[in-house]
Amino acid sequence: MMHSSWWLSALLLVPMVGVAFVLLVRRRPGASYAVGVGVAALEMALSIVVAWMYNQHLTRTGIDFAARHVISAPLGLAYDVSLDGISLLMVLLTSLTLLLALLGARDKRREPALISWLLILTTASMGSFLAHDLLLFFLFFELTLVPSYFLISQWGGTERVRAALKFFLYTFIGSVPLLIGILFLGFKNQHYVRGALNFSYTTLSAVHLSHTASVVLFCAFGFAFAVKSPIWPFHTWSPITYAEAPIAGSIEMSALLAKLGSYGLVRFAIGLFPLALSDMRPIVMTLAVIGILYGSAMACVAGDLKRVIAYSSLAQMGFITLGAMSGSQIAMIGAVLLMFNHGVITIGFFLLVSFIEKRRQVNTIKDLRGLQASAPVLAVLFTIVILASIGLPGLSGFVSEYLILLGSFATNTWWGVVGAFGVVGAAIYWLWVYQRVFHGKADAKNLAVEDVTNKERWVLVPVVVLILLLGVFPRPAIDKITPSIANLITHVSYSGVDK
Amino acid sequence: MIKIPSVHYLAIAPVLIFFGASLALLVTSALRRSRLSATAATVFSAKCSLAVVVVAVFQWLYVSQHGASETISHAIVLDRFGSMATVAVALGTLLTILVARDWAIRTKLLGIENHILIMATSAGAIMMAVANDLVVIFLGLEILSIGLYVLVAMDRHRARSAEAALKYFLLGGLAAAVFIYGVAILYGATGTTTISTMSLFFAANYLLHPGLAYLGGALILIAFAFKVAAVPFHNWAPDVYEGAPTPITGYMAAVVKVGAFLGFIRVILSGLGTNLDTWRPLLFALIVLSTIVGASVGLTQRNVKRLLAYSSINQAGFMLLGLWAGTGRGIASTLFFVCTYVPVIIATFAIVGLVGGATDDQHDIESYRGLGRRQPWLGAALALLLLSQLGAPFTLGFFAKFSVVAAVMDAGGTTLGVITMISAAIAAAFYLRWTQILFADPEPDQARLKVPGATGFVIAFGVAVVVVFGIWPTPIMWLCQHAAISFLP
Repeated sequence: MMHSSWWLSALLLVPMVGVAFVLLVRRRPGASYAVGVGVAALEMALSIVVAWMYNQHLTRTGIDFAARHVISAPLGLAYDVSLDGISLLMVLLTSLTLLLALLGARDKRREPALISWLLILTTASMGSFLAHDLLLFFLFFELTLVPSYFLISQWGGTERVRAALKFFLYTFIGSVPLLIGILFLGFKNQHYVRGALNFSYTTLSAVHLSHTASVVLFCAFGFAFAVKSPIWPFHTWSPITYAEAPIAGSIEMSALLAKLGSYGLVRFAIGLFPLALSDMRPIVMTLAVIGILYGSAMACVAGDLKRVIAYSSLAQMGFITLGAMSGSQIAMIGAVLLMFNHGVITIGFFLLVSFIEKRRQVNTIKDLRGLQASAPVLAVLFTIVILASIGLPGLSGFVSEYLILLGSFATNTWWGVVGAFGVVGAAIYWLWVYQRVFHGKADAKNLAVEDVTNKERWVLVPVVVLILLLGVFPRPAIDKITPSIANLITHVSYSGVDK
Repeated sequence: MIKIPSVHYLAIAPVLIFFGASLALLVTSALRRSRLSATAATVFSAKCSLAVVVVAVFQWLYVSQHGASETISHAIVLDRFGSMATVAVALGTLLTILVARDWAIRTKLLGIENHILIMATSAGAIMMAVANDLVVIFLGLEILSIGLYVLVAMDRHRARSAEAALKYFLLGGLAAAVFIYGVAILYGATGTTTISTMSLFFAANYLLHPGLAYLGGALILIAFAFKVAAVPFHNWAPDVYEGAPTPITGYMAAVVKVGAFLGFIRVILSGLGTNLDTWRPLLFALIVLSTIVGASVGLTQRNVKRLLAYSSINQAGFMLLGLWAGTGRGIASTLFFVCTYVPVIIATFAIVGLVGGATDDQHDIESYRGLGRRQPWLGAALALLLLSQLGAPFTLGFFAKFSVVAAVMDAGGTTLGVITMISAAIAAAFYLRWTQILFADPEPDQARLKVPGATGFVIAFGVAVVVVFGIWPTPIMWLCQHAAISFLP
């Protein structure tokens, strides 16, 4: 029997109720932080329960916890949520990101407001991952912009206003074609079936589209998701935004919000417009490969750690896109897995960089040197995260990248071959960063750096555990996501696209 | 001998109430020996507005039972479309009167002229929305405009106020002339001024020489474009918005739009509706220019009243989308947009008026620096109202924009949808800049703003509408849809 959709509604409501509580206790110092952490822990627990309950074999599509309630028929607005294998990992990632952002990157400036925005952002991204209705997805997808804008513009660095506006405008303009595309699809369906306006994913994925319409709509949807991900060449907002955002904001944006783009690509662009794939696959895969190489090259020359992470993310998003577009089931499983793994790894990176920044007040690579001597545990943690990002066998990054490359080789050999150089690129820039920051002879300032405290170590425990666990034993995760992806691949290939 | 036509008083009751109340107030204040207190006038006007809302509800119920009808020899219609407009106007009047009262106390311009004029103007707005005759629309337009000319000049302490009024008067007079000329030409082409008859005429006849009808229609379209401040007939708006007393600016942005847009819909979609394809290119140009110019020129503004003027030009472009679509969905969505804009924009201008201070001239965007930090509730309220105008999800403004864009998409206007949404993205920049300044680090020695009760109520009302119907737009959408159904011939 299908599980009640109340579980998903709870996932959406808990952070919003949390906001009310945070605002209630805003005058007492520290109380809002305690409430925030409590809510985040509750959300994490709920997500784990939901993940544990989720039964991937319940329906052919892998959907569980589904419910649909029409809110306004003339507008086509409905509350329609469900969970399948692809959204499952994203739900877990959302909760994890919130919890670790709160625990690891506490920022005491106007804490109640900051925590409220983080909680609203959690509901918005949770909603995007759970929505089974295109309009509802769009609402939540757009809603993520508002808290992100305020997080950057209020708590960011010196260039925060410009960075926030740039981020907002890029993504807002990016979503214009998405909205138009959704409306087009909705009316296409309405004119065909002569019923009420309806944006349900199930309904719209059955709409018959011509080849041209598919390609145009794929481009409209893909543009929005490419800006959000970001995919080269739509990435230009991301380095400045990641660098200027407060640490909690950077974590949310790169670990979580970027995944909204790739999630949208997998679920909506690919799932709804399979006819477009034969035309769009080479183009998007080429962009992905360029992104991998370009991101790697830029990460080599980037001057500060946050920018290295931003460009490394660009390369990793390239891998995700490569896997998602390849049309191979294995590669797509790898892509969905990498969405989660990259999220976890990025959380680790940003937390570690924030620890360095807290001690040295800078994150420019040339000012840092020989930290290994003064902070050995920090160095070890950094090494683990770096190796996971490079894709060392036995760590989580390896599993997902291996699956992606394996699948891509089978279906689109040359893109796979060129993409594989990205793995080498990652090794080059990360090890070089490591060499410059942690090796060498430290000057007085770098020698005075304290090692990570106990609390900071504990915050990173989940990251390290997940990196190791998903590196050696990814089976449960893969089992949970496989039926949904198999269904997606079948749907895509039935529509006249070869494997 | 003149035959006196039958009068269905329910249809004209809202106009009669507002106009009668206005006259009563005028006469009483003139005859009384002691001054009539402004408080009493406020309470009286507020009650009248509520009475109009109640009457409109009865109209709605009556039409639901008996169907739409025409009265006073086809000059006035009684339909749900009109009732909906009446409610919006009455609500806007009520909110404006509350805000204007506090404004009058702040600026020491106490008097009851405000109330008299606002109610008379509202009568004109309602008349435009329920008219079925071009001459009656003109009558409404004039009643609306003449009241406004005076209202704009109400702030005796500021020369800008009189300047704005003069500007508005000259250009408004021109627009009225253009309108009546258009009516005359259209009468020459069709032999009638009654909108429904004109619609039948166009449906039943094929015009071999349609030039005259086109010219008349185009002139009327221009006059309406002037009234709703659509580009390129928008030049008066920023100056007048800036010069007018702030509550009156809010009133203009809200109630005048209701009257003008709903009258516009009747003329263009009912009267000239059979030839909609003729008017579409004109509407297309108006929409594209209004949205793009409104959004991009708004970026350069530092005075918030001018900024909101350009914002409302941008919004007017969106409201025109439903007219371009011309379908039931289009009418419903424009109605939705216009009606929901009323509380939002009046509440926004209520806050602007508060920040404007006793002289009502502190409207530089820098006066808002840190306001949201000193007074979180006020700041959050303004931020929400601005986000709604931006069209952020889960605010009323999103569904307003969504419904009009959906309507044009439904009617095949993908290009328009894309252009207007991009303009919304451009406009987002100035709303966001404002909210950013709102929550920036405050100047150290700024005094807290006092929020008087009535203004506070209006702001709270606007915010409540934005939030509640932003999550649950169903009731308003339902009303608009039913209003549009009963309207279409």
